[in-house]
Parts: sequence; structure tokens; C-alpha cells
Amino acid sequence: MNHAFSAVPTVDQVTIEERAASFTKRSIKTSAKLAGLKTVVSMMDLTTLEGKDTPGRIAYLCRKALQPIERQYETPSCAAVCVYPNMVRYARRFLGEDSGVHVASVATGFPSGQYPLRTKLEETRRAVGDGADEIDMVIDRGAFLAGDYRKVFDEIAAIREACGAAHLKVILETGELVTYDNVRLASQIAMEAGGDFIKTSTGKVQPAATIPVTLVMLEAIRDYFFAKGVRIGMKPAGGIRTAKQSLAYLVMVKETLGDDWLTPDLFRIGASTLLNDVLMQIVKIADGHYQNADYFSLS
Amino acid sequence: MNASRLDVRKTYKLYIGGNFVRSESGRSLAAKSADGKFLDNFGHASRKDLRDAVAAARPAAEGWAKKSAYLRGQILYRAAEMLNDRSWSMTEEIARCTDTDAAVAREEVDLAIDTLVYYAGWTDKYTQVFGAVNPVATSHFNFTTPEPTGVVAMLAPDEPSLVPLVAMAAAAVVSGNSVVVIASEKFPLPALTFGEILATSDLPGGVISILAGKRAELLSHIAGHMDINAIVNGAGSPELQGGTAINLKRYAERRFSAEEWLGGAGSDPYCILDTIEFKTAWHPIGL
Repeated sequence: MNHAFSAVPTVDQVTIEERAASFTKRSIKTSAKLAGLKTVVSMMDLTTLEGKDTPGRIAYLCRKALQPIERQYETPSCAAVCVYPNMVRYARRFLGEDSGVHVASVATGFPSGQYPLRTKLEETRRAVGDGADEIDMVIDRGAFLAGDYRKVFDEIAAIREACGAAHLKVILETGELVTYDNVRLASQIAMEAGGDFIKTSTGKVQPAATIPVTLVMLEAIRDYFFAKGVRIGMKPAGGIRTAKQSLAYLVMVKETLGDDWLTPDLFRIGASTLLNDVLMQIVKIADGHYQNADYFSLS
Repeated sequence: MNASRLDVRKTYKLYIGGNFVRSESGRSLAAKSADGKFLDNFGHASRKDLRDAVAAARPAAEGWAKKSAYLRGQILYRAAEMLNDRSWSMTEEIARCTDTDAAVAREEVDLAIDTLVYYAGWTDKYTQVFGAVNPVATSHFNFTTPEPTGVVAMLAPDEPSLVPLVAMAAAAVVSGNSVVVIASEKFPLPALTFGEILATSDLPGGVISILAGKRAELLSHIAGHMDINAIVNGAGSPELQGGTAINLKRYAERRFSAEEWLGGAGSDPYCILDTIEFKTAWHPIGL
């Protein structure tokens, strides 16, 4: 086979799942919990990917990303908003150029990826032209599962080029890749083809991000760093709904890749409903009583 | 019976969101009878058990309030049927906890069954009694209708061990509220057994959750919890009302003596009023 990428080791399913389960059993309380929750907010790609998205809804999302909650709670902005290509221009307009919140756009025939390369490239260039500084592309899972790794690699490389200065996140859609071995291989292909980040899921397929699958990808990133000295980012997306789950992801990143990766430049969480649960916990710690969902703006 | 056979000792569990759980904290307490005899161990609810119960009660309240009044009545009636079926085991439970005669305990169980039947009948009538068509000067129909408040936390008194809890919870769920009730601190076992009866009654999980343990530990969390809409205090804990000042939640007290409870004081349509709120709507005439 004519592979442009390195061979990858197989994944031991039992070990990965045991190790993954251990991350959910840590007790993180009080000041450590508060610091962790604020870090989670700063790493969040606040996402809306609906057919019914409107410029008004995007404005709302941008507002929420800029200032998730009242200033008294000293909570940082989110890392980015993540929208469909048609909504990029509105997001850029509402966020301005130097707010610190990035505009991420899904592209390349999201969520299926079953489109010709020509339109995928056009879509990517348009999104970047409209002001996206991050592109979340989907890989062609059909080609991957058919064994046409070359095609998957070449597409990612071509999109990488079309992105120009924009960061590229490569969505593997792990829920469709069936095995951990496939996830590991797809991670390797995405990293070697030029992805800045690898991302688990579109959020449109179940299961989306899980802790074991994220661990497989983090280990791929670790081994890639040892081999090439390049730091690739990680973005689990979809299915992370509670503050407690998000803290387990932070623990996993720290214990797999170390503190270097605990920054929005190298770790993101793609989510929509997670933010309010995290904010509820932050308010609980600050004010001392349990909160009610009605006191938080919609997201 | 084989003399060497081991006892099967029961550890009573909390009833949260339709599930029987040991306390999140892992703690337990020993239940003692009125004479101080050890009975059994039971789960000692923590503030996180309260949080879990409220988290289950919130979605449960939404679904429960949407069910038809008729269906809510049917389900409450079925709870009465289930309690009736288990009336002897409940009688024995109360008798061994309070060290009273079975005949006395049986009277309390019968009253609890009758109370459930009583409130089952009110589900489709309370809106007619408490709602109103108001006279107004413009050409409008003006209606006032009662609606459930939402999630209600309740403190049952220490004695009697069963009837107040049943009456208070039933009066709140009639209108579509969901309830988190803290059982008698002195005799929690009948309340926890009542949870087993509710679990077979078609009442959706989370509509009534039953916690047991030390009331004082939970008071400030009940008062401060922003997702609890109302409190009905049947235990006389005075610090509770002060705690609600910051969030202005609905607060009511049930100050009945044990004799009054056993005399049926809990079966009163005005108890339903404590956990409903009124909505008034204007509708133009002639449209």
C-alpha cells in the first residue's frame, strides 16, 4: 500500500477503557474545581450548527461567548464560536477583529463529507475569506472505511493549503469509525496531512465524544509529539454536557499530555449545552447555593 | 424453620427520582424504636442527595403537570390501592417503630389510604373551587386559574410517621407539583417503605422523592436552593423561613399536632392552596 503516513500501533481496548474510566473518579473540589471550570469556559468552542440558525442567533451566541456571565464571577470568554459557513460573516461582524474570541467554521460538506473535493475547497476558501480563522473540516469516512487512506490524506492536505493562515481542525467522526484502531489510524493521517487539531465528532452522529476515544486520540498526539516534536491540538465535541464530565477531560489531558496542552491553543471542547452547566457550578461555588436553570441565558 | 437460618436484614434506601439509592455520601443511620430498640439501618441523606432529588424533580414536575387532571387522579388512586394491598406490612412497620399496638397503627394506615383517595378526587376539582371568573368593567372575560408552583420541598413532622408525609405530598402533587420530602427524623422507616409503594403506583419517577436523615443538615440547602420553588414546613424548623428571604420562594407551614394529623386535619382542600399560584387571563368578548 502506498501510504504517505507512518504505521500506527494497535490499541488495547481493555486498557484504554479502564484508564478512561479512572479519569471520572477523581475528586476535584472547591478552589481547584473553580479554576478547572473557568479553564473549561476558556477552552470552549460555543457551537450552533442548525439549519434554523439566523444572524440574530449568531449575534446572541457571540455575545454569550464574549461574556458568558456577569462580570462579578470573573469568568473568561470562550475560545471561539463555531458556526456554519454562511454564518461566518455575521460572527465576524459581531465579534470584531480583536475580541480574542475566534470564529470557527465547519466546512468540507459538514457533516457527511460526501461532496466533491472541488466544492470542499471552494467552501473552505469562502469561509476563510468571510473571516473564519479556524476551519473544522470533516474527513471522508466513506473513503476511510473503504481503505482509501490516500484519498483521505490528500483531501486533508488540500484543505490545509486552502485554509491559508487559518487553523485547521480535522473531524474524524469517531462514531462512524467503529474501532479504536481506526480512530488511531485516522488521527495519524490527519496529523501528518497537516491538521493543527484533531477533533472527535460533528455532534450529528451518536456516539459523539467519549472519554476512551479521546484518550486514543490524545495518545496519538503524544506519540506524534515524541516522533516529530510538533504539538497537535485536541478537540472533543458533542455529548459533553455536564461540568463534571468536562473536568474529567481536563484531568485526562493533563495526565496524558501534561500542562503544555492545558491551553485554548491546544485543547478545545466543542459544546452548546455544557456552558450553562459549567456556569451554574461556578455560581454555586461563588454564592454558596444551588442554582436554577431559569437564571441563565439560553445557549 | 431451620434454627441456623440467618436473618435477612434490610437496609432502607432513599427514594430519589424513582430509584432506590443509598446516600451519595455513603453514610447510614440506625433507626430505633420509640423504646430505643435497634430496628434497621437506613441511608443518611446528604446535601447532594437533596440536589439529586431536585434535579430529578424538575423535569418530573414538567411532565406531571402536563398530564390530565383525570390521569393524575387515577394514579393517586392507584397509590392508595398499592398502600391498601400492603396495609398489613405498613401496619407492622409503624407498630414496631413507634412501639404501639397494631390496632392503633392500623388506624393510621387506613387514614393514609383514605387521604390518598381523598386527594385523588381533588385533581379535577380544585381548579373549579379555587379558580374564578372575575367581574371586570371592560368587555372581557377575566379568568383566574390555579397552576402548580413547580418543585416543592417538604419537611414531615416527627410524629405521626406516615400520615403527615402522605397528606402533605398528596396535596402538592394533586395540582402537578413535584415534591422532595424529608421524612420524620425520629421514625423514618414508614416513609421509606411508602417510597416502595409509590414505586409500584404508576407515579412517574421524581414526582415524589423521599429523603431521610438529619433535618438540620439540609435546612440551609433547602432554603437557599434556587431550583426549589416552594417549601412546606411541617416540622416546625424555624430557621427555614429566614433562609428563604434572599430568594423569596413560597413558604408555608403546617402546624398540626399529632392528634390533629390523626384526626384527618391533613385532608383539607386549602392545603392544596399552599403550592399553587394563580394566573389571570383577559379574553375579549365577542371574538
